[in-house]
Order: sequence, then C-alpha cells, then structure tokens
Amino acid sequence: MATLAPHATAPLLDVAGGAAPLPDAPDAFMPSRGFWGQVGHKLLRDPVAMTAACVILAIVAVALLAPWITPMDPYRGSMIRRLKPVGDATYLLGSDELGRDMLSRLMLGGRLSLFIGVTPVILAFVIGSGIGILAGYVGGWLNTVLMRTIDVFFAFPSVLLAIALSGALGAGVFNSIVSLTCVFVPQIARVAESVTTQIRSRDYVDAARLSGASTFTILRVQVLGNVLGPIFVYATSLISVSMILASGLSFLGLGVKPPEPEWGLMLNTLRTAIYVNPLVAALPGLAIFIVSISFNLFSDGLRSAMEVKA
Amino acid sequence: MLRFILRRLVAVTPVAIGVSIVCFLLVHLAPGDPLSAVLPVDASPETIEAMRTAYGYDKPLVVQYGLWLWHVLQGDLGTSIASGRPVTSEVGRAVVNSLILACVATLIGFTFGMVFGFVAGYFRNSILDRLASAVSVFGVSVPHYWLAMVLVIVFSAQLGWLPSTGAGPDGSGNWRPDLEHLRYIILPALTMSVIPMGVIARTIRALVGDILAQDFVGALRAKGLSEFGVFKHVVKNAAPTALAIMGLQLGYLLGGSILIETVFAWPGTGFLLNAAIFQRDLPLLQGAILVLAMFFVALNLIVDVVQTALDPRIERG
Repeated sequence: MATLAPHATAPLLDVAGGAAPLPDAPDAFMPSRGFWGQVGHKLLRDPVAMTAACVILAIVAVALLAPWITPMDPYRGSMIRRLKPVGDATYLLGSDELGRDMLSRLMLGGRLSLFIGVTPVILAFVIGSGIGILAGYVGGWLNTVLMRTIDVFFAFPSVLLAIALSGALGAGVFNSIVSLTCVFVPQIARVAESVTTQIRSRDYVDAARLSGASTFTILRVQVLGNVLGPIFVYATSLISVSMILASGLSFLGLGVKPPEPEWGLMLNTLRTAIYVNPLVAALPGLAIFIVSISFNLFSDGLRSAMEVKA
Repeated sequence: MLRFILRRLVAVTPVAIGVSIVCFLLVHLAPGDPLSAVLPVDASPETIEAMRTAYGYDKPLVVQYGLWLWHVLQGDLGTSIASGRPVTSEVGRAVVNSLILACVATLIGFTFGMVFGFVAGYFRNSILDRLASAVSVFGVSVPHYWLAMVLVIVFSAQLGWLPSTGAGPDGSGNWRPDLEHLRYIILPALTMSVIPMGVIARTIRALVGDILAQDFVGALRAKGLSEFGVFKHVVKNAAPTALAIMGLQLGYLLGGSILIETVFAWPGTGFLLNAAIFQRDLPLLQGAILVLAMFFVALNLIVDVVQTALDPRIERG
C-alpha cells in the first residue's frame, strides 16, 4: 500500500535506551534520570494516565483476590431470588437470571476477562516483535516474504479475522486466545518492522558495527534497546481492542463457556433481562468499558511520556 | 492514471490470492473433517469414505484448492450445508443488508467525526477540544455490543420509541428505503457509527493541527485572507486523508458488524456468519468471509486510487 495502510504508523521518534545514548538526546543538559526514569516522572505528572493506571490496578487486584473476597458464592443461584435490582439488601449489585450475586460474579469475572483480553497481546508482542525485528534487520528477500505474508492478514478487518478463526477452531478459552493472537501478530510485526528498518540505518548502528560489535550484540543493545519502546506503546494501545474483542467472542458464545463468570458471556446471558432489570443487564458491559477506556487513556499517556508519535 | 490503476491492480493480486488461501484453509483448521458436522455420529467408514470422495476431500490439498478457486472465480461458492441453497445467493442477499447498514453508519460517523475533529483541531486545548477528544476516546473504547444493548434498553425497552430487532415490520429479511423501515435502521446504524466517529475525529484533529501549523497558513493569513478562506484551504488539504479513512472504516464496519448485527438481529452478513458458526456450516462461513475480505481488499484499492486522483501531492508514477 503506497499511500495509506490501515494501521500504518508514522515514522517513530527514536527512543534513547540501552547502552547507546543518542548524541541529540532531548535533555542532554538535564540531570540524567535515565530514559525510563524520565518516562515514569512524566507519567506521574499526568493526572489522566495516573487515574487510569489506578483504576486498572484496582480492578486487577480485585480480580486476583476475587476467590477470597467475594461477598457471596458466585456460582450458587436461587430460583426465587432471580434478577434482584441494584441496591438490594442482600445483593448489592442485584442478581442475575439464575439468582446469582452480580457483585461476586463481576469480581470473579474480571479474572477471565482480563486473562483472555491481555494474554493475546502479550503473546502477539513477543511473536510479532520477533518477526518484525527479524524482517527489518535482515531485510532483503526475507523481509519481502514475511511482510507480504503479513499484508494478507491486513486484508481482513480484525473483528472478522478473530471471529473467522474462532468460528473455525470452535469455542473455548484456548481457541479464542489463539485466534486473537493471530489477529494482533501482523499488526505488531508491521510496527516492529518499520521501526527496525529505520533504526538499522542509523549512524550509531554503523558505529557499533565498525567498533567490532557482533550481530547479536547490535541486535540486543542498539536494536532492541531502541525498538522495544515504540512497539510496547503500540501493544498497550491494543489491549483495549483485545479486551473488547475477547469479551465479544464470549458474548457470541465463542469464548468462555458457562457457568464460568466472564463479562462478555454474562452480558450475553443477561440480554434476556433487559426488559425486567435493565440496569443489572448492562453492568458487565460497563465493566468491560471501564477497563477498556482505562487502558486506552493509560496507553495515550504512555505514548506522550515516551514521545512516540501516534 | 490508467497505468497507475493497472499497477495497483497487479500489486493487489498476491494479496487477493493470499486471502483466498486463508479462506480455503479456514475449513481445514476446523477440528476433524469438514464433513463431521453433516455426517451422523454412527456413520460407517464406507459412508464417510464415499462422502469424502463425493466432496473431493480425498484429493491432495493443492488440488482441492485449485478446484475450489476455479469454482469461486465462476461465482460458485459451494452449497450451504444447513440450508442446501447456494452460498453465493445467501451471502449476496446478506451483503446488501450489511452494506446498507454500514453505509448509513459510516455517513453518520463521518459527519459527526469531521465536525468534532475540525472543532477540536481548530480550537486546540479549549473546552470544545476536550469534549471532542472525550467523544473520540469513548468511540474507540466502548464495547459496541454493549452500546447496542444500552440503546435498546433506553430507546426500545424504556421509551418504546424504536423497534429493538429486525430490519422491518414484516419480519422480512430485506431492508427497503421507506419511512417504516427507516425506524428499524436507526439504532443499529447509530451504534455502529460510534467507531468511525472516534477514529475520524481523532485523525482529523491531529491532521488539522498539523495543517494549521504549516507555513502556508501563516502566509495566507498574512496576505489578509479571511478566516473562512483559510478554513477552506484547511478542508482542501484534509479532504483526501479524510476520504481515505472513511473508505477504510466502511470496510471495517462491513466486516466487523457481526456483533452489532447479532444484537439487533439485522439480516446481514454478521447474522449469517453467526448462524454459520453455530450450525458448523463451513462452506457458508468460508464463502461469507471470502466475500467480506475481498470487499475490503477492493475498497482499499479504490481508496488508494481515489486518493491519488484527488491529491496532486501523491506521486503517480
């Protein structure tokens, strides 16, 4: 695509990292904090990003501790106490269509939702960076073969590819993670390739090579040190999409299976209750939305703190 | 220009072939034989063998692909296992409904996205900018299937203003452009428009900011051009990119509408895909995905060509 690729990334600023400080490092005259120190410092002064980070941490903490802190048994239902409204004396956030406590299920549901949403991005980060850096650094025919193959996956809108793969593989947590990973690998690989290609032609890579550094050392220090930052920022921006898609697969019945609590699946089973108890029915989606928007806002903050262009 | 179009066509061919390979292999990704869904569990080995021969699954994969592609090129996508009807006609009907929905949604999203984006880009860091940015963050972060449910809860269940499911009052599978059918498209189109709205607002905001920072804008102002005159120049500079994004968003919506269509029971490709997945109707799944992906490839190509035609700054050579 010569002009505008769907996920094209503008040239990324090089990020000084690793053992090779750039001669034109932005604040060469400021007391050195190190690159990550500076990023942390800027993030701490970004109220939006910090709020988002706190929300994410709180939800992760609740999800992790859920088995010990849920007020009621998230699996035990009661036929006479179905669809209690929010604010009920026993059920703080109401009860679902089988009379199970919503608050407990939302708390425990966060575990699976976060797991199936975040895991594909982590896997794709590792695999995609590997492919992209390899293609970018080696160049030549290997680059052509790898990147043209990746172009094929860009011909599918992400949602379609995710649903097509999970539809063919069948329902289940494992399959939905596999298909979402396949969706994100090409996207991350493309960013990794474009950053690596830019870094490879930098003077400091030549300098390292001339001073006798081995290919492995150059890859580890000069290349990895400078490309991982921008790829990482890009990957964090994918978490929000991944959360929505992962819960979306469960919503369609392609992910988590009942009776396990998972936000997308809960939203689907509660669809029948929108006329009886709309507020309770909408709660699991609200949880997905809060996590997704928090990851987006945090990723935006991280992007500007690291001075990576969108 | 003709040479440019031909060159793009040649460049897009390998991608199209790749897409067809992925769609073909999709059926073979499925656990077990593609036939396992149709055959009874206690089918004898002879029956299974006979069926495999009849469907051509006993041939080498490459031969199967060749045969399949040959049929596809003639417009034959096979037969739906569930309904027994040709996949081509099933998908064809659904695509029209999806296309209508996606076009309306893109139009709404594009209009509002442009307005928000321009306002935010022009008045950087004002309250309006904050508001527009909030809208765009909302648009890209909200789980659209949840938004669909919320809209149904508010406008159908609570207020009773709009119908919650289907494409028309008669329960028919086709949407028609009349007043009664219009009520049915409002909620799904509105839900769907939120995604492109966010993306377009975000991009246009950055784009307008970049354009306003360029020297020529200063020169225009220094020459005494009115603010409206400057605005016209900004629009002209932003238009090709905006149109390109709109085209791509249309493609994303067409392929990504499955969740929204499921909530609204909209008789489009998403609904069809959903049915195909749960009936393990693999030929239908394969055909629908192939058509949608090819649509997306074609749309990319059109966007590329139109953008080049509109924007004199892009090299055509």
